[in-house]
Amino acid sequence: MADKLKLEMVTPYGEILSAEVDDVVAPGVMGEFGVLPGHRSMLALLQVGEFSYLQKGKRNYVAVNWGYVDVDQDRVTVMVETAEPADIIDLERAKRALGRAEEALKKLTDEEKEYKLMEAALARALIRIQVASRRGR
Amino acid sequence: MASLKDIKKRISSVKNTQQITKAMKMVSAAKLRRAQQAVLATRPYAEKMGVIIANLVPQVKEFSHPLLTERPKERALILLLTGDRGLCGGFNANISKAVEIFVRTNPENFQHIDIAIIGRKGNDYLKRRSGMNIVKVYENITADINYQTAALLAEELSTAYTEEKYDVIYLYYNNFRSVISQVITRIQLLPVTMPEGEDDLYTGVDYIFEPNPAEVLCQLLAKNVEVQIFRALLESRASEQGARMTSMDSATKNASEMIGKLTLMYNRARQAAITTELMEIISGAEAIK
Repeated sequence: MADKLKLEMVTPYGEILSAEVDDVVAPGVMGEFGVLPGHRSMLALLQVGEFSYLQKGKRNYVAVNWGYVDVDQDRVTVMVETAEPADIIDLERAKRALGRAEEALKKLTDEEKEYKLMEAALARALIRIQVASRRGR
Repeated sequence: MASLKDIKKRISSVKNTQQITKAMKMVSAAKLRRAQQAVLATRPYAEKMGVIIANLVPQVKEFSHPLLTERPKERALILLLTGDRGLCGGFNANISKAVEIFVRTNPENFQHIDIAIIGRKGNDYLKRRSGMNIVKVYENITADINYQTAALLAEELSTAYTEEKYDVIYLYYNNFRSVISQVITRIQLLPVTMPEGEDDLYTGVDYIFEPNPAEVLCQLLAKNVEVQIFRALLESRASEQGARMTSMDSATKNASEMIGKLTLMYNRARQAAITTELMEIISGAEAIK
């Protein structure tokens, strides 16, 4: 059995990364879970959250949107709608988005259609800020 | 025979046209490269999704989903993907014609067929024909394609399907095979059919599903509709640029040919004029003797 995982992350706009890693931690819909080499085949849905992997002793973080993970014989395929590694996140933009979402949520009631959209936007902004804060550690 | 001045005028007008077609060719070549990259970037995502769904379906056989249920085929919707601009050879006309033929011959005996069109050109073609029920036209979305556009379209279509407004939804688009070859493709968007060659894709691995198979499949099916539309939009855009590039290239070649012919004509006319002039001088000189 290999002692490494082959991690691939793809979005509709192209492949984000393809690397050999030691472990993977993903934000599943039922809670965060980890994958180590030798894991059973699994298909799990992801929610907006913080995705991370250990590569050469360094933990890297990626902010991900809705998607899923396919684990099959030490190959981990992550299919997400958007993925932003910590070092490319625009912190200022994320903060502005957070402000906008908070403003909008104050005005809306939770029955309106837009409420859900703004709630999702809020969650994304929060995750981006959280991931960006991991930078350089 | 046309006068020298007339021919000269025509040559310069053809030259102007040639300059325009040449520039348009360059522009679409640059756009094509970007569109092509986008198509290639989406393919791995779309293909992996097909693999996963093919793996999933055999494990949840007893499961039924609104997007999977087949009803008697009575009402159909065709979503036609064309461009917003012309000057791209037969790109828009060919696919519009394919849809027109499908509606007229109606091979599956639908009681009613509606058409939704993306792109102005498809509408220009079909609205002049009789018996085409155009229910919706989307313009100006092919210039800047993003995933959200596809997601919104997918939701609209899925809702129309689950509310039983339509029993089957087809997607007509130009599949980008190469710069010079675009293939008119029809896919059945809803109800969801399995990707071709599902047996090859099915690896038979015993999977763990989180949270559970039904939920996973449910979300994947909805997502699959979005991905298919997104991919079709990108394929169509790349095809349009490819078609424009080749047609502008041949227009430029035709213009060169025409300039050659006109120049020959011009030279002959000039020669004839010189000859007549010489004859006049000589006969004038003869007369004085």
